Amino acid sequence: MNLLILRLALQRVALAAVSLLVVSALVFAITAVLPGDAAQAQLGQDATPETLAALRHQMGLDVPAPVRYGRWLAGLLRGQPGESIVTHTPVADMLASRLPNSLLLAAITVVVAVPLALLLGIGAAMYRGSLFDRIVSSAAVAVVSVPEFLVATLAVLVFAVELHWLPALSYGVSFDSPLKMLRSFAMPVLTLCCVMVAQMMRMTRAAVIDQLKAPYIEMVLLKGATPMRTVLAHALPNAVGPIANAVAMTLSYLLGGVIIVETIFNYPGVASLMVDGVTQRDMPLVQTCAMLFCAAYLLLVTLADICSIVANPRLRYR
Amino acid sequence: MNERQKFEDLVGPHESTRLLEAMKRGASRRDVLALLMAGGMQATLAGGLSGLARSVHAATPKRGGRIRVAGATAAITDTLDPAKMSNQTDYSRGTMVYNGLTSLDGSLTPQPALAESFDTKDAKTWVFKLRKDVKFHDGKPLTPADVVFSVMRHKDPATGSKAKALADQIDSVKASGTNEVTVTLSAANADLPVILGTFHFMIVKDGTTDFNTGIGTGPYKLKEFKPGVRSIAVRNEAYWKPGRPYLDEIEFVGIGDEGARVNALLSGDLDLAGSVNPRSVDRIKGTPGFEVFSTQSGQYSDLIMRKDMGPGTNPDFILAMKHLIDREQIRKSVALGHAVLANDQPIDPTNRFHFAGLPQRPFDLDKAKFHLKKSGLGDAPVPVVASPAALYSVEMALVMQQSAQKIGLNLDVKRMPADGYWSNHWLNSAVGFGNVNPRPSADTLLTLFFKSDAAWNESRWKSEKFDQLLIASRAETDAAKRKQQYADMQVMIHEQAGLGIPLFLASLDGHSSKLKGLSPIPLGGLMGYSFAEHVWLDA
Repeated sequence: MNLLILRLALQRVALAAVSLLVVSALVFAITAVLPGDAAQAQLGQDATPETLAALRHQMGLDVPAPVRYGRWLAGLLRGQPGESIVTHTPVADMLASRLPNSLLLAAITVVVAVPLALLLGIGAAMYRGSLFDRIVSSAAVAVVSVPEFLVATLAVLVFAVELHWLPALSYGVSFDSPLKMLRSFAMPVLTLCCVMVAQMMRMTRAAVIDQLKAPYIEMVLLKGATPMRTVLAHALPNAVGPIANAVAMTLSYLLGGVIIVETIFNYPGVASLMVDGVTQRDMPLVQTCAMLFCAAYLLLVTLADICSIVANPRLRYR
Repeated sequence: MNERQKFEDLVGPHESTRLLEAMKRGASRRDVLALLMAGGMQATLAGGLSGLARSVHAATPKRGGRIRVAGATAAITDTLDPAKMSNQTDYSRGTMVYNGLTSLDGSLTPQPALAESFDTKDAKTWVFKLRKDVKFHDGKPLTPADVVFSVMRHKDPATGSKAKALADQIDSVKASGTNEVTVTLSAANADLPVILGTFHFMIVKDGTTDFNTGIGTGPYKLKEFKPGVRSIAVRNEAYWKPGRPYLDEIEFVGIGDEGARVNALLSGDLDLAGSVNPRSVDRIKGTPGFEVFSTQSGQYSDLIMRKDMGPGTNPDFILAMKHLIDREQIRKSVALGHAVLANDQPIDPTNRFHFAGLPQRPFDLDKAKFHLKKSGLGDAPVPVVASPAALYSVEMALVMQQSAQKIGLNLDVKRMPADGYWSNHWLNSAVGFGNVNPRPSADTLLTLFFKSDAAWNESRWKSEKFDQLLIASRAETDAAKRKQQYADMQVMIHEQAGLGIPLFLASLDGHSSKLKGLSPIPLGGLMGYSFAEHVWLDA
């Protein structure tokens, strides 16, 4: 089994390297065709031909695009993602100042959302068709259909503006005590949970129900197992594959896709860093962020696959 | 700001600034009356005003306290390099840590700052005497070398300065004594002290290459600066203005989303929020403990019809379009009343050179129809480029589209994204919108946007007579003559340029009622972005 996992991991690493290369070339090409370059973005309305030329030279934009790409790639292979052409600070430093924030927010959200989603999903599957199932399922659809910015704005209006229970901005609040930290993360986490719990819960419910319809469950029931044992010991291990994949998808979204939450709560994470990079046409920054998100996604999906192999004996002997 | 509003209605913005300043300095009721009488005021009016004088006088600034302020932008490009500053977030941070040689007051008249006096004989060679005993935050005394460095670096294209166009008229800056600097211009300009009072010309230390430390001579010292996130500045105990600043600490963040900014203000997380939308005004005013601070300035969004291509080559088309602008409707429904009507010329009423005698061009469908017919333009649709990048331009374009339909003109409004608008569409479209921020002087504005050879001559309007007048007015030291020259130029732009300027817009900021000391400086909102050294907290 270990050998199999090792082989899978190696295969995935090789594939990941190829995907990353392709993604980096694509992202570079797309940023290159965006209207305007970094010098124009920086000078905006105040651009004159003279300052534009000087700034382009300073930023290294007078070098042909393929050469710039090659240099960036060579730097990345040496472990140096280069300097931002706009701020002249190393991209690694910029990421280092934002990534911990994003990881912290993601971690707290995961701790809340994943157990909640699994619990609700399994519960709904066990008692499918019951009042509980119907309430949970329709609530999930309702919540997932409401856009994030609406949930976030409503939460701010109610809890910060009207009730004054929670701070409207999440950054710069002291982390002295667990209570203060809880207060500042309550609304962003609530907003993210609204979107994520629903998706994961629906996937869990569907996967478990799928298994519960299988003939072997009938056998289990005939043997006289309790419903709890039927689901947890027999159905769930077979449903781990799709569930793990759903969880992995949502987690990768948490790292780079939470721009709305970052904007509304003024939380400095990597998503807004990348958006800044795009509006400023800061190629090294955009490229490196894209690489990071892509790598994280591939890693999570691989982990999900390994999870399903470990949980499902049939996959091990194929 | 209610009292100020009343006051301005009574005596006009210029006079009110002068008087309120005097009151803040501690003028007594008798002094104020004397000032008013000197200004030709009636005694009854003056009597009513003296009550106001007492309440202003009673509000003595308090020391201490910490505030949180939000600007409208936050990006990794946030900078403390004066040459690269580009928005209110940068300017507001800049005025916390730096000073200019001069500073601009409520009527945009230059006042001494780091220069304790400035003098010229011919408006071409200027002598600035530097204030003694001014120290940078790291303890180094201010010397002429710092001034030479801070001004001359804008001329080097490699600096990438946003003020290069303005700095090009400066021939040399030389130390001419231990505390004296001489600036020589390539041609006379009576407004040099105004230009040197703007943000880009703030004084940094000689030889600075890393601006992230924010070492300046300003009222606050930089404690933390994370571009795109926040900055914290603490009181500079050794500040050269006695008694200033009032606050202990200012935290400045940028929140791009207007709704989030207003919510954060109303939940008590912020004490001051820059750039609020007119649509949020009622909400802020309706919440106890919060107020709106309005600054009428020279900012405008304008309809540009290029005279060298497209339909604008026909002067009758331009006249038709100018008569199609329903200014009153735009003021009411787009700016929600937070603007004043403009008259297709760029000098706004807060400016001392505004020509009030120019008859207002009306919204007149018949005239528009007449000129449209005369222009011989068929019924082909005319594309009009607008974008959220030019404030309110999309809404203005839609209002015009409605009016145009009534005279059988089909305006095809093309809405472009804000991203990349200035480099791709502004100045390139035959008919489109631009936006011009308040400029410190009439001369700067006219030179940058209307001189025949100006890079940003939006409508490519070329007039030799105008250029001659502009250069003559620059060197003119007789105030009355200068005013007449500016009036003539305003008439020429109104009649000939390919520009429709519907409104001068006001900047609106929201703040907690505890925050005192705000008074408008027409460079923009947040007291012309220099609120930091003027405001205090009334606990």
